[in-house]
Amino acid sequence: MTVRFKQFPGVSLSEEDFRQGKVLYQMDELKAEYAWDSGIAIGAYLAGLKRGVILGVRCSHCRKVVVPPRTVCEWCFRPMEEYVELPDTGTVNTFSLCYITWDMRRISEPEIPAVIHLDGTSELGPSSVIMGGILHKLGEVDPKEVHIGMRVQAVWKPAAERTGAITDILYFKPIR
Amino acid sequence: MTFLERDPLAPQAWFGNLPAAHRYTYGLAGERFFRALKDEGKILGSYCPKCDRTYVPATAFCERCLGELTDWRDMGLVGELHTFTVLYVDVEGRPLETPQIVGLVSFGDGGIVHFLHADPESLVIGMPMRAVLKPPHERQGSILDIQYFEPFQA
Amino acid sequence: MRKVAVIGAGMTRFVRRALETPKELSWEAARMALESCELTMDDIDAVCFGTAPDAFDGVHMNGEYASDGAGGWRKPFMRSYVGGGTGIFVPIQGWYHVASGMFDVVLVVAEEKMSSYYPHAQAAFLTIFDHTTERPLGPNLLWIFALEMNRYMSTYGLKKEDIARVAVLHKRNAAAHPCALLGDANITVEDVLNSEVLAWPVQRLDVSPVSDGAVAIVLAAEHVAKRLTDKPVWIEGVGWHLDTAYWTNRDLVYPRYVEYAARMAYEMAGIKEPRKEIHIAEPYDPFDYKALHHLEGLQLAPRGRAIELYLDGTAERDGDLPICPSGGLLGVGNPIAAAGLMKIAELFWQLRGEAGERQVPGNPRRGVAQAWGDLMQVGTVVVMGR
Ligand SMILES: [Zn+2]
Ligand SMILES: [Zn+2]
Repeated sequence: MTVRFKQFPGVSLSEEDFRQGKVLYQMDELKAEYAWDSGIAIGAYLAGLKRGVILGVRCSHCRKVVVPPRTVCEWCFRPMEEYVELPDTGTVNTFSLCYITWDMRRISEPEIPAVIHLDGTSELGPSSVIMGGILHKLGEVDPKEVHIGMRVQAVWKPAAERTGAITDILYFKPIR
Repeated sequence: MTFLERDPLAPQAWFGNLPAAHRYTYGLAGERFFRALKDEGKILGSYCPKCDRTYVPATAFCERCLGELTDWRDMGLVGELHTFTVLYVDVEGRPLETPQIVGLVSFGDGGIVHFLHADPESLVIGMPMRAVLKPPHERQGSILDIQYFEPFQA
Repeated sequence: MRKVAVIGAGMTRFVRRALETPKELSWEAARMALESCELTMDDIDAVCFGTAPDAFDGVHMNGEYASDGAGGWRKPFMRSYVGGGTGIFVPIQGWYHVASGMFDVVLVVAEEKMSSYYPHAQAAFLTIFDHTTERPLGPNLLWIFALEMNRYMSTYGLKKEDIARVAVLHKRNAAAHPCALLGDANITVEDVLNSEVLAWPVQRLDVSPVSDGAVAIVLAAEHVAKRLTDKPVWIEGVGWHLDTAYWTNRDLVYPRYVEYAARMAYEMAGIKEPRKEIHIAEPYDPFDYKALHHLEGLQLAPRGRAIELYLDGTAERDGDLPICPSGGLLGVGNPIAAAGLMKIAELFWQLRGEAGERQVPGNPRRGVAQAWGDLMQVGTVVVMGR
């Protein structure tokens, strides 16, 4: 490449070039509002959360218990037909201490997102194929004390305030 | 309840959005095309001598041979009405008080889509149409620096 | 199946904000690739185009939109999209266009203009998270990587200061790449460890930069390739594979999908002992730990031990298995689809002995390039040799 090409195209701009009007541009905002159909399995999951219950689903063929619920088993491609009420306890599979928001603003107290492997779901192998892993946040915990393998339990919104959403669980807190 | 039946108590839908804002640069060709429109009131095209095609709005390259286009030309402000439509409803489907005409005015082998100001009955495909520009101090380097096209009598 | 060779390549600089439109970036790369093998569009039978989420460029059907710049006019044209894996999938798509016997010469172009997404390109990734069960938690893209990195580090007891060596080596390699955005010959482990903590364990210099750019290559069937060049670089094996759609149900420690894709490609290439038979590796490195993750999936290191390649010098340009001699995504930049195809272009130049300052010594004969993407569950692998 260095033999044949001496120069490479690509004109680099800075934010200053935009501010000073050195470059022309057009701003546009996409109006992207959606109403996503909850569907059968996630609809049941949300209804369960409103009742204060985490629903998983069992494959009648390979016996895997997974969460969130779904209507087909990805692994053996058969229907998943049996809901399972899972305990609201589990183990921290992994976590992060996050100091920025989605739009890159800094926050001083970190959020603690975690993958929580819920009790009562399947696990394959010693590494971590976590059939019952869900994404949530940890709370009521000193960030320094969070560790992989920590036992945690869901902290729910009061029943009257639940709407049938993943946020009906406020966060997971350590079981002491 | 059988499994494949919806739970009637379940939320039927989840509402959300995609936070999508964009800042589009005009690029190598767009920068030159829109500066000429803004500063000189000109519509520019670019010509490929190999393929004998004139691109309007001007492009940096020929889409047929991928050659770089260096022969840029002032196309004048008068093009030819290629096609048009009369709109009676807005984007939300609400009736418009005054119907709006949108047309494609051809220049060279390309053309510009824009609003037309004319009595719809008077429009004939193939007729000359002239770009009416904003006053120079109001132009921003945008396709809206052209206010509209109107029928042109030479 | 017919033998397929890469016979030309070209690329733009990778920059933070390009003036060029997606069409123009595509054109610049396509034109260079054609020039490099002295072909014109008249010689091209079909065009394959890769670009990642439409949301970046802000154009619905961006593949079709930018098709003129990629030479798509009046050609059989197809866009493929497997997220971050696209840059290695689009040459695979080009490969089967030619290997099948349908086309003799195919132009393959990958383009990304992430800077159009304003103000922060990472917002385009929010829909990676499930809209109903995850997005209400207010996630950002870094969560997935931070969570995976933490699990990977914890499982094998890896240290941040060791993983930082990956970022250091790649960014140093990139200092010799004329198109690189973040090449830095003098960067140190301390620089990485002192950079801003974004989502622990991920710090700013662990991450590849949001970028704009395009890359193109030309593929040809054997009988054409032999006529056009005395240095064809053959595509010896291709593979791709998908894991579960639920990332929280996935093995976050080991990328099985990369292993399966690699095994598919190695079998096609007749490779039995990848560590011995591959001379250059370009694993996908959007984050430093991902290079390690992927080297293990590629069977180039035992599980949990890819870091040793960096600690003992094996990964260096003059080491026994040079890794990302291009500078990788961490150094050259990460315009998603284009970044993957950059790795293919790098192997092309390296295997022809044309990589200039970046040239790996010892006349390397074979290399592997890999990418990863979709909802973080696809592995795409190409083996190239001369
Ligand atoms: Zn099953
Ligand atoms: Zn031409």
